[in-house]
Amino acid sequence: MNFEYSEEQTMIKDSVERFVREEYGFDVRRQIIASDDGYSREYWAKFAELGWLSIPFAEQYGGYGGSVDDVAAIMEALGKGNVVEPFVPTVLMFGGLLAHSGNEALMSAYIPRIIAGKCLGAFAYLERQSRFEMTDIATTARSEKDKLIINGEKTVVLNATNADSLVVAVRTGGEQFDRRGISLIVVDTDTPGVEVTGYAMMDGQRAANIKFVDVAVAKDCLLGALDEGMDVVDKMVPEALLALCAQAQGIMETLNETTVNYTKTRNQFGVPISSFQVLQHRMVDNFMAAEQARSMLYRGLCAFGSGSVETEYERSRSLHALKAVVAKSSKLIGEEAIQIHGGMGMTDELDVGHFVKRLMTINTMFGDGDYHQKAFNRLSYQSAS
Amino acid sequence: MDVMFSQEDLAFRDEVRAFFSAEFDPALAKERQGGQGANYKSAIVKWQKKLHAKGWIAPGWPTEYGGTGWSVTQKFIFETERGAAGIPDVVPFGLKMVAPVIYTFGNEEQKAKFLPRILSSEDWWCQGYSEPGAGSDLAALNTTADYAGENYIVNGRKIWTTLAQYADWIFCLVRTSKEVRKQQGISFLLIDMKSPGITVKPIVTIDGKHSLNEVLFEDVEVPVENLIGEQDKGWTYAKALLAHERTGMADVADSKRSFAALKARASDEVNGGVAMIEDPVFQMRLSDIEMELMALEYTELRVYASMAAGGMPGPESSLLKIKGTEIVQAIQELQLQLAAYYGSALPAASEHDVLGHEYAAEARSSYMYGRAATIYGGSNEVQRNVIAKMVLGV
Repeated sequence: MNFEYSEEQTMIKDSVERFVREEYGFDVRRQIIASDDGYSREYWAKFAELGWLSIPFAEQYGGYGGSVDDVAAIMEALGKGNVVEPFVPTVLMFGGLLAHSGNEALMSAYIPRIIAGKCLGAFAYLERQSRFEMTDIATTARSEKDKLIINGEKTVVLNATNADSLVVAVRTGGEQFDRRGISLIVVDTDTPGVEVTGYAMMDGQRAANIKFVDVAVAKDCLLGALDEGMDVVDKMVPEALLALCAQAQGIMETLNETTVNYTKTRNQFGVPISSFQVLQHRMVDNFMAAEQARSMLYRGLCAFGSGSVETEYERSRSLHALKAVVAKSSKLIGEEAIQIHGGMGMTDELDVGHFVKRLMTINTMFGDGDYHQKAFNRLSYQSAS
Repeated sequence: MDVMFSQEDLAFRDEVRAFFSAEFDPALAKERQGGQGANYKSAIVKWQKKLHAKGWIAPGWPTEYGGTGWSVTQKFIFETERGAAGIPDVVPFGLKMVAPVIYTFGNEEQKAKFLPRILSSEDWWCQGYSEPGAGSDLAALNTTADYAGENYIVNGRKIWTTLAQYADWIFCLVRTSKEVRKQQGISFLLIDMKSPGITVKPIVTIDGKHSLNEVLFEDVEVPVENLIGEQDKGWTYAKALLAHERTGMADVADSKRSFAALKARASDEVNGGVAMIEDPVFQMRLSDIEMELMALEYTELRVYASMAAGGMPGPESSLLKIKGTEIVQAIQELQLQLAAYYGSALPAASEHDVLGHEYAAEARSSYMYGRAATIYGGSNEVQRNVIAKMVLGV
């Protein structure tokens, strides 16, 4: 039994933390999110150079061959700096889908370029009506000779304005909501008929609406089997969720630390406000919420890594419970951080609100807390009779 | 990151499991749940003697005094299997509370006199700490022990003394000096409950049962050889004991078992022809608890893993008592919610029972008595003070 990051993982984590401390101050981040690109090309090249972009990929494509634990170690540290560079959309979502597709040609074509920092990616799945139901897809692709012709609209596609390539989830069969009949297609964003309209998200990320008008791509751009794209999605999502929860962990602990330190220096009624028991007990509750979230994270990492022997059923329960617990803990910690910072917590110039907005965005990723709790309930509670 | 046990540990787990299933009589669990019936004490002592005969009664003790010599992981496995099998923990006052003080701070005569009888459950102990004016502020206690040659003369009142009605001995914090700061001037005394001048008065609790007592001391003579360590240093010994107590208070295995029972009942109980377990609101209440419990299970594992690696428990250990007791209460609350009308009846007071819902009376009384979990062992508010100071540094 062991719940420590390994020596190698600690080294990776330390190197990301050092980068955050020395080069990714709050002012630097503000400049980055205010820039046209919304991320730093220079830093992205640096991430590639330091090998961070290679962590989850197989060695045959130049990857590090890392585990979910390795990715978690990086993500926690990226969370501490509220790093806005598109690691999740590019490496974990776009890259994750490729890596789980089994499509050798596409993997060889794209993964080495992702690792080298030469290809930014995005996953276009969400539509205006679909909310958290990933199978609710109306965008279509019809077959014409050796081509697939895509028509439809996607929205809130993270990193789409900067992406060189997308994975698009389309309906090739079945009815709306059917799991079967969804296919994944790799589309370069400069393909004719792809129209990207960008905007910023509240956490500083860039996203876009994408319109597909008779976009023709070769059939060998299909990722996974025709109509069976959800099989690939189902492998990517748990890994992305674990990583996002690790990032949230880094943020929650940073917020708690910041808040406790603030109360020690803020004087009212002639004493530091940290001496008030009403605040002490609330900060203890925030501390406990972060520790419980960390325990769930470890439970998830054990279940999806090589750390335990879990049935598929228990793995799914652990994942849903993790996302739901992180949602609760991060809501509590975020709201309390603002409240205890008082008027300062309301200001844009303090980093607290920016961390909170990242937590809120993470909460919506692949289903919010209630969505996952309901999924947990469906798995767990059925009448015995 | 892994939660795997070694082959040796798995073999040990099987051995523990086999022993429990062969030797434990479920009637004892019922006896303890049912309150203090005629067979209450004898049933507990009978089980503890079986554990003693096996050599497993005191895993926490050093081997020279009768401990098992188990690794941290083995102790963890033993506790987990006990809870999973629905076996009540040993009565803690002798084995887990006074014994560590005796073997750590007592002299050779005291060790020889008391430890073997604690191990064999010959002596039943109770704890004389709280007083009417000294609860969370324990150091405010003012039961006095005046030195008079060969004896201390003890006067005062102890309260909330659990199971004192069965006790042969009581360990007390008493004031031996009023000259100094209140934490000093406290001594640790072992007192024979048969001493003249001791009166035990029952306190009936809101579950309608009697497990708490008030213990009155009027000019009770206690031989000086019953003083642990040095006079006026008792607070130090008591604090050391609290640190000993802190881990293992999460009761995860016990709560997993009672949660499973809760689910089973929610499947039996119907409203409008629909099982309560199918009710979406009730499902949310269930999963609020179960997810916290899944997290706490790993929090506890984290604590054990760091101890097994030779380290000290980290800051995460401090939340075990708070979260553990909150979860125990939350489960009891839902049990009682399931019991609905049926849980309000007091069948024990008459010969008539409600129709069906055999668990309902127990759901009510364990809910009522369960309120104590966040009060005893350092109230959860005091626990938060401790975390604020020790972990947050405020």
